Amino acid sequence: MAHADPTGWKRWVYSTNHKDIGVMYLWFAFIAGMIGFTMSGLIRAELAQPGVTVLPAIFNMTEDQARHMFNVLTTGHGLIMVFFMVMPALIGGFGNYFVPLMIGAPDMAFPRMNNISFWLMPPAFILLLLSTFVEGNPGAAGFGGGWTAYAPLSTSGHTGPSMDLAIFSLHVAGASSIMGAINYITTIFNMRAPGMTIHKMPLFAWSVLITAFLLVLSLPVLAGAITMLLTDRNFGTTFFDPAGGGDPILYQHLFWFFGHPEVYIMILPAFGIVSHIISTFSKKPIFGYLGMAYAMAAIGFIGFVVWAHHMYTVGLDVDTKAYFVAATMVIAVPTGVKIFSWIATMWGGSIRFTVPMLYAIAFILLFTVGGVTGVVLSNAGADIVLHDTYYVVAHFHYVLSLGAVFAIFAGMYYWMGKMSGKQYPEFLAQIQFWFTFIGVNMIFFPQHFLGLQGMPRRYVDYTDAHAYWNKISSYGYMVTLVGVLLFIVVMAVTLSRKKTVADNQWGEGATTLEWTLSSPPPFHQFNELPRIK
Amino acid sequence: MTDLDTKNSRVGLIVAGTAVLMVGMAYAAVPLYELFCQVTGYGGTTQEVASVDDTVIDRDIKVRFAASTHRDMAWEFKPSQGDQRLKVGEQSLAYYEAYNPTNKTIVGRATYNVTPHKAGSYFAKIDCFCFTEQVLKPGERVDMPVVYYIDPSIDEDRNLDEVTEVTLSYTFFALDGEEAQEAIVASGR
Repeated sequence: MAHADPTGWKRWVYSTNHKDIGVMYLWFAFIAGMIGFTMSGLIRAELAQPGVTVLPAIFNMTEDQARHMFNVLTTGHGLIMVFFMVMPALIGGFGNYFVPLMIGAPDMAFPRMNNISFWLMPPAFILLLLSTFVEGNPGAAGFGGGWTAYAPLSTSGHTGPSMDLAIFSLHVAGASSIMGAINYITTIFNMRAPGMTIHKMPLFAWSVLITAFLLVLSLPVLAGAITMLLTDRNFGTTFFDPAGGGDPILYQHLFWFFGHPEVYIMILPAFGIVSHIISTFSKKPIFGYLGMAYAMAAIGFIGFVVWAHHMYTVGLDVDTKAYFVAATMVIAVPTGVKIFSWIATMWGGSIRFTVPMLYAIAFILLFTVGGVTGVVLSNAGADIVLHDTYYVVAHFHYVLSLGAVFAIFAGMYYWMGKMSGKQYPEFLAQIQFWFTFIGVNMIFFPQHFLGLQGMPRRYVDYTDAHAYWNKISSYGYMVTLVGVLLFIVVMAVTLSRKKTVADNQWGEGATTLEWTLSSPPPFHQFNELPRIK
Repeated sequence: MTDLDTKNSRVGLIVAGTAVLMVGMAYAAVPLYELFCQVTGYGGTTQEVASVDDTVIDRDIKVRFAASTHRDMAWEFKPSQGDQRLKVGEQSLAYYEAYNPTNKTIVGRATYNVTPHKAGSYFAKIDCFCFTEQVLKPGERVDMPVVYYIDPSIDEDRNLDEVTEVTLSYTFFALDGEEAQEAIVASGR
């Protein structure tokens, strides 16, 4: 541990320090998130009223080009938010920064691989952005086939190089995530402080461990599937082309074998963060610690055997559907264990409504709403009606945009003092919370109604019958925009302050190891390994 | 530290190996999925049988025929008859007719299934133009036979109790490039 602390650009570009890499991941997620958020703004602007009017006016293009661009925007928004915002923030950012601190390790197991993991992300992101500027559909830029990139539109459809660039982008981002996962599994298995058994490990470390397993088992399948897309497009293979004996449905099976675990990859670290915050601000240990840990393991495991519930409309036979309905509903059991354990943790606790706690409570509320609509959608019969409608859009935004993203906000406020040594302004941050909370609910709650009325997703236009709730939804975006801009203000104010935060700023309830260190923690921590009783 | 390094490398390599294995699994899914469809009749995949079971049971079924071509395929392709009514287990013969109206040789390959999909595993074909490539010279017209029967075990599957008609559907795709050349050579024409 005798090397000098690097300075200047070398500190970041050559970085092997888990805290520096974590901070870079958070900045990266912030930048990508702003771009993804801007795209959703364009989507909501176009959908604010019937007709194709806003995109042609802003970008000075024909209506046909605008239609294609709308599809490119929804595709880009989805891919960016999943791969370049939520995953880097929760796994790369908080995971890198806090997993070694929480388990009492000096750094990650493979610090140089950690550096590669991060530095693969910017090129991957640039590839994805480039793909929106080169030809996709003949005469129009970008790939517009949705983040799922179903064949045949992604093979014999959009013939331009745009799709190929998007595939490369996912290859590179996937390689980065797999290397990150290898690092987390090794670190957590081998580098826990003496006395910290796996059953004493903080829940956030548990959540990242399970997430890492999901990544290793599911991402390679996506890599395989999109490589098949690539060779189908360019090298004459026919994996998904019936003319050569292939089957486009196979792509959907492969995609969702990855895609379903992927949604748990995004939400499990959020579960971990929320557990710590609820426990800290209730001044109580988390209720049912082991149940909480194994509920996450159960969710991760079941997540691999439910994929075809995304495919009820492809013509599965009735027995297969019955299985996937039942298996999907089973997930509600461990999820319920988590929800009720959080509530039980708060029960009788000495609760402080700080901003991270507000976000954590809002997370529980909104995630439960998303969970309930998820159980509705798990019914094959109901899903036939609701498939690819705004009901589905509302459902997954409630669990991700209002679930995972709220956990990111919660984590930022909870750990900002620890990471920077600077305290966020409490009152301004509370205003920021309320704008965001009201805004996102205004966007997404009406989308349940739109879905039940039959408005299909991924369409640039709709009938006048859907105009009212679409208008409300777009107003909701403006409220959220205020919340997001306020977040930038809050963070800027925080960073401009002096370092005043104590080692353990939250007091009694905060019991994990990161609170035993200074704020910010020293560049190299735990040279003497802590002993856990 | 060296001890930890060894332990780390071991775990790291095992996990990396797992990731590589999973890429392999994605590719293994391709033949496995095909096999799975053929065995279970998934997605309306019909069954190929060599011999005929003589049992005929008293259940009527209507078989309809559909034909289509991919948009790049110049053949005219249609069923030669309307629908056929038969008893379950009874053997029947149907024809499809293909015509090449162009002035060049075109090689086609058919995909096929039956709807409802769940009837796939009970639709038994004895003789058909399923897997082989078909070569049609300019102006050539051929009749393509399908000999089939509905497997009497359909009666034991309660999921198919309401099925009174099934549709056999063929789609022809045009082959080009090397594959087409090989097929022309192989057909000896």
